[in-house]
Amino acid sequence: MTSARPGNGHRLRHFLTTDDLSGRAMIEILDTAESFISVGEREIKKVPLLRGKTIVNLFFEASTRTRTTFEIAGKRLSADIININTSVSATQKGESLLDTVRNLEAMHTDLFVIRHPASGAADLVARSVPSHVHVVNAGDGRHAHPTQGLLDMFTIRRYKGDFRRLTVAIVGDVLHSRVARSQIHALTALGAKEVRVVAPRSLLPAAVETLGVTAYTDMAQGLKDADVIIMLRLQFERMSGALIPSAREYFDLYGLTRERLTLAHPDAIVMHPGPMNRGLEIASEVADGPQSVILPQVTNGIAVRMAILARLAGASALESKTP
Amino acid sequence: MADGAQTFMERRPVLIGIHTGGVWVAERLHERLDLEEPLGTLDISFYRDDFSQIGIHPQVKTSHLPISLDGRHIILVDDVLHTGRTIRAAMNEIFDFARPASIALAVLIVRDGRELPVQPDIIGATVALKPRQHIKLTGPNPLGIKILEKTE
Repeated sequence: MTSARPGNGHRLRHFLTTDDLSGRAMIEILDTAESFISVGEREIKKVPLLRGKTIVNLFFEASTRTRTTFEIAGKRLSADIININTSVSATQKGESLLDTVRNLEAMHTDLFVIRHPASGAADLVARSVPSHVHVVNAGDGRHAHPTQGLLDMFTIRRYKGDFRRLTVAIVGDVLHSRVARSQIHALTALGAKEVRVVAPRSLLPAAVETLGVTAYTDMAQGLKDADVIIMLRLQFERMSGALIPSAREYFDLYGLTRERLTLAHPDAIVMHPGPMNRGLEIASEVADGPQSVILPQVTNGIAVRMAILARLAGASALESKTP
Repeated sequence: MADGAQTFMERRPVLIGIHTGGVWVAERLHERLDLEEPLGTLDISFYRDDFSQIGIHPQVKTSHLPISLDGRHIILVDDVLHTGRTIRAAMNEIFDFARPASIALAVLIVRDGRELPVQPDIIGATVALKPRQHIKLTGPNPLGIKILEKTE
């Protein structure tokens, strides 16, 4: 059972990937997130929607932003959140993923937020939990990171408006990036004018064009007139063998510097899902510069994750209305 | 309704309309009463008690309370008072923003079917409806009232 499509009249039970979400379903989530932005601006940053629900943040991989923003999102919705990290849990003693989940289920967990180094881990858990329990994928291996994908769409929409007019360049380690996969699916579903991936061939998946993107190995061509530039982190921990000659050479060819940024549209925004390798894929003066929206991405992550948690934990209001 | 609100005027009340119909009524009332304070609006979607049954509506409007409500006298405005659940949710939301001195309730139409002990202070009209009938405000320009027969 994968995440159903609310836009097609199904209830959204799990949130595992952006692949099977229609553009309309994504827009609905972005609209819901928009209304949650105001909650973060109040004196009392809390609404009672998920009061009495228990959410477990189950993280088998390091995370700062994702885990923290999920925790804040859940708390702003009045849910109880428990954080479990592998370094302190029984999985260190050899307990399997599903055994861990079953034990947490026995504690009446309503919703799992899962990050795992194996692709398909969240999907596996979603297929094993009873029907009243929901699963959110917070990153599985190289496969997907759908909440990051959606918060990036939310950020793009806030700064740039209509996707159909936008040229988006995704730059860097596309090969190892689950974020890039989720972004590409989301951008094509939302009808972006052009989605480019820019990287050395060694960091592009084979036949990447079949995802509906244009591949560039030349940075200058890839950035030309782009409205949105998304920089990706070089994921050394997932690299086996030498995919790039040296960090220095990589930065010379693919690092986003102030000079290179001038090739893009003058109003282009610069994004990065974090954590950043300053001086490796992005120059500090760009990361901290006026076109950077890297920190607003983090803030927006809270509202988007609130929207996803609220959509899962409550029945979908659209269920009966959509054809 | 404007006449009914006169007794509250010396307390310098703040008018707050509940989305969507209540805001339309509050806008008219705000104009008639010539209030100095700006109008506030509430969307109670995040406070509904039927969230677990019907879920969240994707297009929630933003609650907008332009001034501090601490110690203020509030007139809460809605179009139709039916079960009273909307009013309970609205009061919960107001208390997440501030601690007002008092809240009075103004509604354009009062009907039967209360499920909570909620009483209006300012009333436009009272109507008696059959159990299957629903009353709905249409608007914003012009404001109208429709009585719908539920067919099941």
